Amino acid sequence: MGQDSSKEMKVAKLCNGTVIDHIPSDKLFKVISLLGLEHFSNQVTFGYNLESKKISKKAIIKISDRFLQPEEVNKVALIAPKAKIVIIRDYEVAEKIQLELPDEICGDVKCLNPKCITNNEPMKTRFIAINKAKGLFMCHYCERAVSTEEMLLKE
Amino acid sequence: MVSTKSLVSISQYDKEKILSILDRAAQFEQNPNQKILEGKVVATLFFEPSTRTRLSFETAANRLGARVIGFCDASTSSTTKGETLKDTITIVSNYADVIVMRHFIEGAARYASEISKVPIINAGDGANQHPTQTLLDLYSIKKTQGRLDNLKVAMVGDLKYGRTVHSLINAMSHFNPTFKFISPKVLEIPSSYKLFCDEKGIKYEETSELNEEAIADADILYMTRVQKERFTDLFEYEKVKNVYVLTNKLLEGTKDNLKILHPLPRVGEIADEVDENPKAYYFQQAQNGLYARQAVICDLLGV
Ligand SMILES: [Zn+2]
Repeated sequence: MGQDSSKEMKVAKLCNGTVIDHIPSDKLFKVISLLGLEHFSNQVTFGYNLESKKISKKAIIKISDRFLQPEEVNKVALIAPKAKIVIIRDYEVAEKIQLELPDEICGDVKCLNPKCITNNEPMKTRFIAINKAKGLFMCHYCERAVSTEEMLLKE
Repeated sequence: MVSTKSLVSISQYDKEKILSILDRAAQFEQNPNQKILEGKVVATLFFEPSTRTRLSFETAANRLGARVIGFCDASTSSTTKGETLKDTITIVSNYADVIVMRHFIEGAARYASEISKVPIINAGDGANQHPTQTLLDLYSIKKTQGRLDNLKVAMVGDLKYGRTVHSLINAMSHFNPTFKFISPKVLEIPSSYKLFCDEKGIKYEETSELNEEAIADADILYMTRVQKERFTDLFEYEKVKNVYVLTNKLLEGTKDNLKILHPLPRVGEIADEVDENPKAYYFQQAQNGLYARQAVICDLLGV
């Protein structure tokens, strides 16, 4: 733990806000777009290609002065299920958020079925969880099943 | 999001709802000409042509005294000018009291039901759902067997892509059926439907041989098309196409109460000679669609 925190120091220490740690490095930019961080006006710092014992290369995101709610971050579970999310208040860990697959995913995921209405009409996609343990979702429209591994995020 | 009653998928109907629709259909069979929808407008929007289904719906509406508007060829409609489905449905829902739609795009009816101010009846959305077909299948089963409970249903042919089969499994799950899935290996029932049966405690067997033994104890023989387009390997198709042909000889050892159903059109999986067999029921089955559709239209209009 002591070693870990000294490494985190490479990225600015957070006074208040949300830390998303243990993101596989190659998933960092996907997490950024999934959470829409590019639209945040808060200070956001990223660490990329950090050494990690748990995963080969990890990334970290620190968002100042914003306390993300579980339902806002749960979609991170789709691409980085092992990510750790903590809420920091006054430099201390105030809360750990356990990532859980959401019941519904609206708008972020593309349906893989080219004949699906969502790929043929300007509209939002919607997926409903049918088996969270197996990571299975169903398109609300064409009713095709899709696993989290197969999912494609919308550009 | 507009919330109104629509029929998009058979899975939205529970056991009671299915039985009440079938009872209503039986009343329409007794007396199909009832002017109870006078002054109502039924729109039939067929983005994908299907003469059989369209005529069935339009006859249902006409026999109830409703007026029918719509199109049966999307190439003459505004969709070819690039209009979105949303715009078409929004406009038509200003004119009609109920919209019957068929579309080659999957999920089109679900989306339309979220936009429309009036009920949508899904008359087929690609390979996805066609709930009134399932209701007429159920009606035919109930009418010929006197019940829906505890029946042995053999399903034959394309069980992988056949949407009628999938919807029938879903709807029959309320009635403690036993299934026999008979299909070529390449067209076998998807594992998700086997899982569904397991979860519901429904017994089933699978076999790739259509023979006397496989159908000996069946009450219902549900035949489907084995379509050439489904095969990537045409050699595979040539191998199976003649194996899955129902003949009078195959039917010799079957139960007296057995009835043969087929969603039609057929492409050779039932020999012509079987048409004269008293166990053949597929033409009456198609006619039952009229009564089932009358029942659905009235139900959605609250009449
Ligand atoms: Zn879809």
